[in-house]
Amino acid sequence: MAILLIAEHDNQSLKAATLNTLGAARRLEGEIHVLVAGAGCAAAGQAAAQFEGVAKVLLCDALQYAERGAENLAELVRGLATNYSHVLVPASAEGKNLLPRVAALCGMAQVSDVVGVESADTFVRPIYAGNALATVKSIDPIKFLSIRTTAFEAVGVAGTAAAVETIAAGPELGLCKLVGRELTRSERPELGAAKIIVSGGRGLGSGDNYRRVLEPLADKLGAALGASRAAVDAGFVPNDFQVGQTGKIVAPQLYLAVGISGAIQHLAGMKDSRVIVAINKDPDAPIFQVADYGLVADLFEAAPALTQAL
Amino acid sequence: MKVLVPVKRVLDYNVKVRVKADGSGVDLANAKMGMNPFDEIAVEEAVRLKEAGVVSEVVAVSCGVAVSAEVLRTAMAIGADRGILVQSDADLQPLAAARLLKAVCDREGPALVICGKQAIDDDANQTGQMLAALLGWSQATFASKVTIADGQATVVREVDGGLETLAVRLPAVITTDLRLNEPRYATLPNIMKAKKKPLDTLDPAGLGVDVTPRLITLKVVEPAKRSAGILVSDVAQLLEKLKNEAKVI
Repeated sequence: MAILLIAEHDNQSLKAATLNTLGAARRLEGEIHVLVAGAGCAAAGQAAAQFEGVAKVLLCDALQYAERGAENLAELVRGLATNYSHVLVPASAEGKNLLPRVAALCGMAQVSDVVGVESADTFVRPIYAGNALATVKSIDPIKFLSIRTTAFEAVGVAGTAAAVETIAAGPELGLCKLVGRELTRSERPELGAAKIIVSGGRGLGSGDNYRRVLEPLADKLGAALGASRAAVDAGFVPNDFQVGQTGKIVAPQLYLAVGISGAIQHLAGMKDSRVIVAINKDPDAPIFQVADYGLVADLFEAAPALTQAL
Repeated sequence: MKVLVPVKRVLDYNVKVRVKADGSGVDLANAKMGMNPFDEIAVEEAVRLKEAGVVSEVVAVSCGVAVSAEVLRTAMAIGADRGILVQSDADLQPLAAARLLKAVCDREGPALVICGKQAIDDDANQTGQMLAALLGWSQATFASKVTIADGQATVVREVDGGLETLAVRLPAVITTDLRLNEPRYATLPNIMKAKKKPLDTLDPAGLGVDVTPRLITLKVVEPAKRSAGILVSDVAQLLEKLKNEAKVI
């Protein structure tokens, strides 16, 4: 049986998370088909066909998928799912919103946040904010998997392009309407895909301080900016900066935690980073227990000094 | 308009998680349990809607073992009007929970279900979406602001790139994110009052729901520990280590 992967895209190209999800799909046996659903998404369909491991692209170009709402998409995927042994999405906000709806329509379970593929029916996933890892076996005929993208390598471009097959759209259910989007515009790399992340916590004291101290540092390093829940709750930065159990899960080459104490919820989102650096004035802060390099110092002196020295 | 709020009894979020030595699961024996924090936000939101005159009744529902009645009492102390316990000793996975909640919705006929986006034990983040699917309702997940008017809910959602605002037709399922509200503390008089509020008990068989687990847990282990590294004395030494030892910049 084949594997269906639901792509996340911006109509032109695939989002980075989809490439890691492809990496997970390649651990399974079977042809990989990628569904690109959207409105005006033909370019994204062509882009998807270029990647390693993709046997076929299913292109569904219709107005009802323009906003990528779960209701219409789930109806479409439900119809396709019966032809597949596995249905995969990245465990992003979009994937988390969509896949359980599809699984329930099919009357089957979902395995969330897969970090390991043991066999065709057995998967490893974190529970309790990553404080335990469960190995679970699914007895349903179709395995619905959301993939924790940091656990799998992104695939590269293949030598030849896969075929793109246009498929018929599902119904417009009319249950839901997009009113607007307020997306953070940034020239910096995307948090989920960044090689270096500079992240700030409550220790920064204010949004002004956050920008004044961390932005120059991130600029020097070509880094993405992140934050702890405390910093987001305090309004220093928007919600999409949050790294943690319920925010974004990241695993960059370098994670620089500035003024972050290291609550368990935050560690759950970044402890798989290759190198962790912590700058905090409190020597007892739990962040130092996971940091490769810790600097006990006043961040308002140390961070600018680091920016200067780079 | 009636609102249904599912609440789950989980390991208290302040308790350190201990994996059982035999790898069968997480040790919950004698551990402090409480309401899933996201569900508390859901109860608070429903109660605020009632206080604002938008909602007429708030019904809290919990699926699980008999002592789950405790989290229903907590919900009623926050302001829910009554509780329904769907009592079962089975391992209730998200699909089973969604099916039980659907059966309760069929009996109760709420116009809105507000639930936590995920429970902090299994971190599945599925039940709300599954319930919406089974009911054929619209869904607005990861809500940070909810406004109800004229038979529709306007919901601001936390998504990967920022915020998104949806208009969803009622009935609908909304799942709560962290910043939707700050739940109040239940006062002693309200805790006392909650003890007298009605609490009905149902069971899966009575609701005609098969709750057999679809996922079998083979083992549960502790993740590899990340060992603490070294403390550096100053910025210069940090930079030297990052360049020459870790080679990340």
